[in-house]
Amino acid sequence: MGIYLALKEIWRNRGRFFLFSLVIALITVLVLFIAALADGLGNGNKEYIEKLNGDLIVYKANVDLSIPTSRVDRGKRTETLRVPGVKDVGQASFSSVVLLHGENKKLNVALIGVEPGKPGEPPVVQGRGLTEKRGKEAIIDRNVALRTNLHVGDDLTIKSIQGTQEEFFVLRIVGVSDGRQYSLQPSVIVPHLTFDLIKPGTPATGNETDLISNVLIVQLQDPANWKNMAVAVEEQVNDVRAVDRKTAYENTPGYSAQQSTLNTQNFFSLLIGILVIGGFFQIQMLQKVPQIGMLKAIGAPNGTIGIAALTQIIIVTVVGVAIGTALTLLLSLTFPATVPIVFSPNAILLGIGSLLLVGPIGGLVSIRYALRVEPLTALGLAS
Amino acid sequence: MAIALETVSVSKFYKSDNGITKAVDAVSIDIKQGEFVALVGPSGSGKTSLLAMLATLLAPSDGAILIDGQDLAQMNDARRTAFRREKIGFTFQQNNMVPYLTALENVELMLRLNGKYNRVGRERARELLTRLGLGERLNNLPRQLSGGQQQRVAIARALIHNPSVVLADEPTASLDTERAHQVVQTFANLIHEQNRAGIMVTHDLRMTQYADRIIQMRDGQLARTISSPHEIRAFATTAEAN
Ligand SMILES: Nc1ncnc2c1ncn2[C@@H]1O[C@H](COP(=O)(O)OP(=O)(O)OP(=O)(O)O)[C@@H](O)[C@H]1O
Ligand SMILES: [Mg+2]
Repeated sequence: MGIYLALKEIWRNRGRFFLFSLVIALITVLVLFIAALADGLGNGNKEYIEKLNGDLIVYKANVDLSIPTSRVDRGKRTETLRVPGVKDVGQASFSSVVLLHGENKKLNVALIGVEPGKPGEPPVVQGRGLTEKRGKEAIIDRNVALRTNLHVGDDLTIKSIQGTQEEFFVLRIVGVSDGRQYSLQPSVIVPHLTFDLIKPGTPATGNETDLISNVLIVQLQDPANWKNMAVAVEEQVNDVRAVDRKTAYENTPGYSAQQSTLNTQNFFSLLIGILVIGGFFQIQMLQKVPQIGMLKAIGAPNGTIGIAALTQIIIVTVVGVAIGTALTLLLSLTFPATVPIVFSPNAILLGIGSLLLVGPIGGLVSIRYALRVEPLTALGLAS
Repeated sequence: MAIALETVSVSKFYKSDNGITKAVDAVSIDIKQGEFVALVGPSGSGKTSLLAMLATLLAPSDGAILIDGQDLAQMNDARRTAFRREKIGFTFQQNNMVPYLTALENVELMLRLNGKYNRVGRERARELLTRLGLGERLNNLPRQLSGGQQQRVAIARALIHNPSVVLADEPTASLDTERAHQVVQTFANLIHEQNRAGIMVTHDLRMTQYADRIIQMRDGQLARTISSPHEIRAFATTAEAN
């Protein structure tokens, strides 16, 4: 009975209800895009670390898990490799350089030094992996490939400032990996000893035994046992701190601040949604007081009135969220690949779920109001 | 004939800053099945308050009301609501119809509320509306109907579920004279035919000519009851002359 009334009212006022669904659709687009942006930007920060073929990241102790500050030498690498349960270890370092391509085009990239064939080197989807410890070769990630016109077999030029000098290095591209952004930049992965030559600052000695890196990437025999292994590494290797990938990327500069900013924005979008929906239904409810009083006077139970109001809110919200989701997906197709927007099913479902809750929550006030209308008002009497 | 509605010394007192208002003061009446009663009286004499109590919408301060022999005071809220939709039919001065339902749907609403919506019921709703001159208007929305047409839809809704008591609050307030006569006359006829107890509150004393009895209130009390056809006609005619 309540549903019957709700459907009739919506149908006979479909223009008005549809317009309101559109407003909800726009809020949906906003919420989903902010969520996608949060994912996209977060991804840009954590992608390389999240996809690492290693289970623990080992830092120097007392650097607050800051990768740029951390220094780990060859000796620590050897000690770590000796810890029972460790399968393999690779040294990895990070820097930022300019990639020159085409005619005078520049792209800021993350330069990542890894040991060829060791944890830290990403698998390639085209070409081959790094082979020579001192090779003038590089793997570019998918994002570099998308933004430049570089392919396997091409040479790329890297500009780096050493001292006060601009230095140029030419590397042969041997492989392309999937997306491996680091610090919001697309990445170029090179052998660590080559990295030491290129990286801004003073070049290192160039001996493998002296190799100092930012962190160690540790592969475990039993990845599920990472908690105990982190403790074991910290106990058996002097002056290091070992954490899992998630802890590692959550501590990259800006990651948490950025995510909490975007989450706050999303929270406020939802709040605005609640207020808009609440306002709309409340205004509508105020206009409906006489007819609700009349319905109660002729014997419609409160339950019927409540169900009618709730049904309307749910229908309007569901239709709005559905339109909004479709609109978002359509819009996202028109975005270029370089825009940092990622629609992960989880984030979309969470967004849609919270938007669907927003309707009933926003409408609660008006439902309560409807339940309180006195049937006496039908006779023009107030109690 | 059986008594459909009975009040036993029923009263309604309102407390306000300047003391107590005796809106209805020890009123005892009984109304039989098939009887159409006009409730008249000056403004503030307690007509609406009495009607609201008969409608189970307002609890008496004192006294008792029985409809079909059942004491309203013995019922809880849910039971009273159910009683209202089963046993009582209503027409209101305004806002009679659900604005997004057609004339026919508004009448059928009463059957739906009572869980009696079926083919027979639909047919009866059509017949009743046709009888009230709305055969062409079944599928019109309220905004497409005049005030008089809306009142007639309300009359159909008040009767469709075979209630014991039909209460009409100023059904002619928004109608011109000719329409008013038509509406009240049809109403009276249906009350008689269907054997309901009908009570109509009205300011328009000319409308009392269709009643079987006139109950006149003053200051919350029964001032006068007129029940001979001769006197009723005289009462209504005097009003007409004024
Ligand atoms: N909620 C209330 N609180 C206080 N006094 C009230 C209340 N409702 C009605 N009254 C008073 O009770 C008396 C009877 O009111 P009621 O509305 O029943 O009269 P009425 O005969 O219907 O008048 P009218 O013809 O103007 O509609 C009036 O004096 C009115 O002021
Ligand atoms: Mg009144």
